Amino acid sequence: MTTTTEPEPLDETDSPESTDAPDVRYALPWHVATVAARRRETSSAVSLELDVPGWHGALPGQHVDVRLTAEDGYSTQRSYSLACPGTMGVARATMPTEATTARIALTVQVVEDGEVSPYLAEELVVGDQIELRGPIGHWFVWQPRDPQPVQLVGGGSGLVPLMSMVRTRHQAGSRAPFRLLTSVRTPADALYAAELDALASQDPGLEVTWAWTRQAPAGWTGPVGRLDADALAAACLPPEQHPHVFVCGPTPFVEHVASTLVSLGHDADRIRTERFGPTG
Amino acid sequence: MALISRGFRPKRESDPRLPPGQYLERGFPVLSAGPTPKVDLSTWAFTLGSPGEARARWTWEELLALPAEDVVVDIHCVTKWTKLDSRWRGVSIDTLLDAVEVGDDEQHVLARCDGGYTTNMPLADLRGGKAWIAYGYDGAPLPDEHGGPARLLVPHLYFWKSAKWVRRLDLLTADEQGFWELRGYHDYGDPWREQRYWGD
Repeated sequence: MTTTTEPEPLDETDSPESTDAPDVRYALPWHVATVAARRRETSSAVSLELDVPGWHGALPGQHVDVRLTAEDGYSTQRSYSLACPGTMGVARATMPTEATTARIALTVQVVEDGEVSPYLAEELVVGDQIELRGPIGHWFVWQPRDPQPVQLVGGGSGLVPLMSMVRTRHQAGSRAPFRLLTSVRTPADALYAAELDALASQDPGLEVTWAWTRQAPAGWTGPVGRLDADALAAACLPPEQHPHVFVCGPTPFVEHVASTLVSLGHDADRIRTERFGPTG
Repeated sequence: MALISRGFRPKRESDPRLPPGQYLERGFPVLSAGPTPKVDLSTWAFTLGSPGEARARWTWEELLALPAEDVVVDIHCVTKWTKLDSRWRGVSIDTLLDAVEVGDDEQHVLARCDGGYTTNMPLADLRGGKAWIAYGYDGAPLPDEHGGPARLLVPHLYFWKSAKWVRRLDLLTADEQGFWELRGYHDYGDPWREQRYWGD
């Protein structure tokens, strides 16, 4: 190269060994999923458990595309993170490839004036069917066999794919140290609070820290407000442990948290981000 | 044959400029795989070449001194949103290609970016007034989170091809997949043929 001072743009994450992509390429057919259970998480979020014949499993952090079709033929699609990837922690190669029905879960945060999220969260009942395909995204994923420490930072419904990682870690019996920092407006907006408390209380390898941006629960003595550098430094694994870091939430949250973690000494190459835009 | 979703009624506007499976978005969502890079414009440069060979290199000032174009285009993100009539300012890739020799066998391009992101496309898709190095958005400098100081703009392909924080285009004799193309996304990414993922 004639310009020896030019920064080298590629880093280790571009080596084929670390793509987190499957060895075998596959097309993504549409599946018909049947609602097996629904659970209200908050006043504006509902979890749907879906039975999906032919589902080949997913890694935690991946998402699916959901397709709705109206009687007049109008059709529209949205992406939703898996809250539970179905066949958790099981290597693709060892899974049956046909005639299987896996149960996956989505958590749908209702977007005001949305077209798809209110339908999924409010209209769908047990027994209804929707079309979906996936899993999609081979980057914002945690590999259950990876023993490295993991730091998860979620803002609002950005917790959903991180919960998929926490659940997978538990089901796979992983001992990888996990810390989860989850930031929400008020206790009424907290997703999965009881389940996270239960998991953390029985597992010293999982630490869960809640942060409240508008209103804290009664008796809370910590700060209330946007996560600052001090709060992130206190709640997150230190950079010296070289944790994998996954940050998910609304764009301003992800921009703020990711750049603050870099300024705290975390290696930018170890920080993977996913932003939740308005996907009504 | 699509499954009819019981009780589902459309709420969104339809528009003939919306490719299949897309919906109209008035904001400008951000998608990135990692932290937004910190860029120092005093050392920033854009390179056009091939692997191991820089055939032309422009500093920030040199890029701004090239003839600029203002374009109004529709952009289509694979995550389903489409934004109509987005306004950009930048340098046509044709202008940059005029500065270098391109071999007849170099029909593929890999864009390389700060932060390690890459994406591939045929050279033909960057020629003929279809692609730019964009540094202005909506009458202002391109914001960092949208790829500033400069990003590739290839609006006729899904928007992950419009690589943020672009620093280099490598001309290649054989196709080489980029970041998302290695991770499940389509090699070409034509929104009108709904080429989202492998096998589409």
